[in-house]
Amino acid sequence: MIPFLIYVAIFVIAFFAVRAIAAGAARNDYGSLKTVTFGDESAVTPNRAASVISILTIFLLWGMFTGSSLLPRFLHAPGPYEGTGTFEYTAQAGNERDSATVTVLVHPIDVPTDAPDVAPGDGWAKDDSVAIGMWRSGLLRVDRNDEIGRGDGAEIIEINGEKVQPGGSVDVGWATVTLTDKGTPNIQPNKGWQMEPIWLPSPEAVVKRVGEIASQGFRGSTLWEHLGYSLFRVVVGFFFGALVGIPLGYAMGLSNWFRGWFDPIVEFMRPVPPLALIPLVIIWAGIGETGKIILLFLAALWIMAIAARSGVSGVKISKVHAAYSLGASKAQIMRHVIVPNSLPEIFTGARVAMGVCWGTVVAAELVAAEQGAGMMIMVASKFQNTDIVIMGIILIGIIGFGIDMLMRYAEKLLVPWKGKG
Amino acid sequence: MSGLSIQNLSMRFDLPGGGAVQALQNVSLDLKAGELLSVLGPSGCGKTTLLNIVAGFLAPTDGRMILNGHEINGPDAERGMVFQQGALFEWMSVRENVGFGPSMKGMPKRDKAEIVNHLLDVVGLQDFKEKAVYELSGGMQQRVALARCLANDPDVILMDEPLGALDALTREKMQSLVLKLWKETGKTIILITHSVEEALLLGERLLVMAPRPGRIHKEYRLPFAEMGVDADLREVKKHPEFAVRREEILGMIWDMEEEIMGRTEAAT
Repeated sequence: MIPFLIYVAIFVIAFFAVRAIAAGAARNDYGSLKTVTFGDESAVTPNRAASVISILTIFLLWGMFTGSSLLPRFLHAPGPYEGTGTFEYTAQAGNERDSATVTVLVHPIDVPTDAPDVAPGDGWAKDDSVAIGMWRSGLLRVDRNDEIGRGDGAEIIEINGEKVQPGGSVDVGWATVTLTDKGTPNIQPNKGWQMEPIWLPSPEAVVKRVGEIASQGFRGSTLWEHLGYSLFRVVVGFFFGALVGIPLGYAMGLSNWFRGWFDPIVEFMRPVPPLALIPLVIIWAGIGETGKIILLFLAALWIMAIAARSGVSGVKISKVHAAYSLGASKAQIMRHVIVPNSLPEIFTGARVAMGVCWGTVVAAELVAAEQGAGMMIMVASKFQNTDIVIMGIILIGIIGFGIDMLMRYAEKLLVPWKGKG
Repeated sequence: MSGLSIQNLSMRFDLPGGGAVQALQNVSLDLKAGELLSVLGPSGCGKTTLLNIVAGFLAPTDGRMILNGHEINGPDAERGMVFQQGALFEWMSVRENVGFGPSMKGMPKRDKAEIVNHLLDVVGLQDFKEKAVYELSGGMQQRVALARCLANDPDVILMDEPLGALDALTREKMQSLVLKLWKETGKTIILITHSVEEALLLGERLLVMAPRPGRIHKEYRLPFAEMGVDADLREVKKHPEFAVRREEILGMIWDMEEEIMGRTEAAT
């Protein structure tokens, strides 16, 4: 909730700040003279400053709530309590009351620490000490070293002078002490607002882990091998899907018989999510490369077939007529009119298919794989290696984005006439 | 025998819900080589159907067509077609579009380049020859379409409202260009149009068609096309006979439209 409120605050403040700054440097292009901008789609362009601030904000929040060393300390959200804290308890046995001090050493989880030594002090209730990891809580049988213990009828009635009953709790400043139903204090040092690394590691921890896995590998394969395996499966699966799908789509676009024969199959298979085929493919082909490639082949096949089919059906009849009356044969019309006319649609299909394949390969690897990006994050999650999981997600995102950009670039280069017919 | 002879052409479309539309009924027409014919009529009179049949894209239900002594069945390079819009190949440059016909015939590159260059000069697009067609304006695109059609050296050129999508000024320039090309190349041209003025200007012969069933209503022989070859078209339009003819034909088409309206009103 707090991160969300901070996020909204940055959003609003940045908006006004950028507007105030931008007012000085007024735009003087054509769009700036438009008086009607609300509702004019062409007047809405992404504000680059907003994009930059948006990305920085995500990393800022991430750093703030993980206590990142990349951020100056004053920007950190309040961290968990670390250090030594004390509280006093008062016990009563019959009419006898006595107090003792409990010393608690709160230490980083990954640094094993022993309870500090304390002198027992005077009176029948003796002083205690315990070590608790940050973000953790600890039960402390304070009466185990007392002369009159719980078995002898002693019970805690006050903590830091505040009356408390079993089930109640007292805020001692650096921690909350709760009495269990049996009367044992449960010490919960303040957690602060920061996330524990096992839930969300800091950005630099993730970066460090990228370096580690890139050099040492994970589960017998380097990072690049994992990503390379995933990419290889996508490329091979997509290649075969296009190899079969495009001619199939052309045949469906050009022949009644093919259209009739394959329409039910394609129209049925298209809405089946490729993920639903994973179990069947595993049964038939196992979890090796063959299974993955068959799955991706099936994911790409229908998309490419439908794209090629609609590319062929989308050819304007006047273009075909024109070609015929210019003396073109059927083969020439195929080569010079139908194929180039369908290329934009095929490229769009290829972009969609690559996206679907990338998603499918990660999912398939989550289920079962020896290598691959999906397998990496799945295995890491089982060991609570959140840094590897986050690293994997970011890398998967970057690669998916890169594939899409590459396809768009190729489209621009190879079919510049797209949408110009 | 040279020229195009259309004999008793009829075309009937069966409707999916039963019934039929008589798009053309007993259309007969003889066109000598080098004649320029414009066809005019209210929508639904079958003029585009007629053109598609002559082009060979449709087979008539009845009748036949003879071009230079042989019967027409199917599209052929001897009958070139210029469409209203969107029939250029946007994946090809202007030069490749114009050279499409010769390429399909497998003409040697040098001969093809010569033809293409000559035609680009004729239509005034020499400077645009490496441009993509979608970078050109609508008027330029229609010049490319004309040049592409001429590059194949067809016997008959069929034009389906080739200037319909252009603005008035461009349209006037293109009308002059069509007349110029007609005179220079001596091609037989059939031109379909919605515009009475255009039909008068670009028709040595003018055919007014009537709808339901599509048939020839009246035929004119006009002097304006000849006049327009050398003169400014605006001067031609000032000719007293031009105004008379225009009013006459406009009245004719108005009557047809009203008759259709009356018939549909009576039916409902």
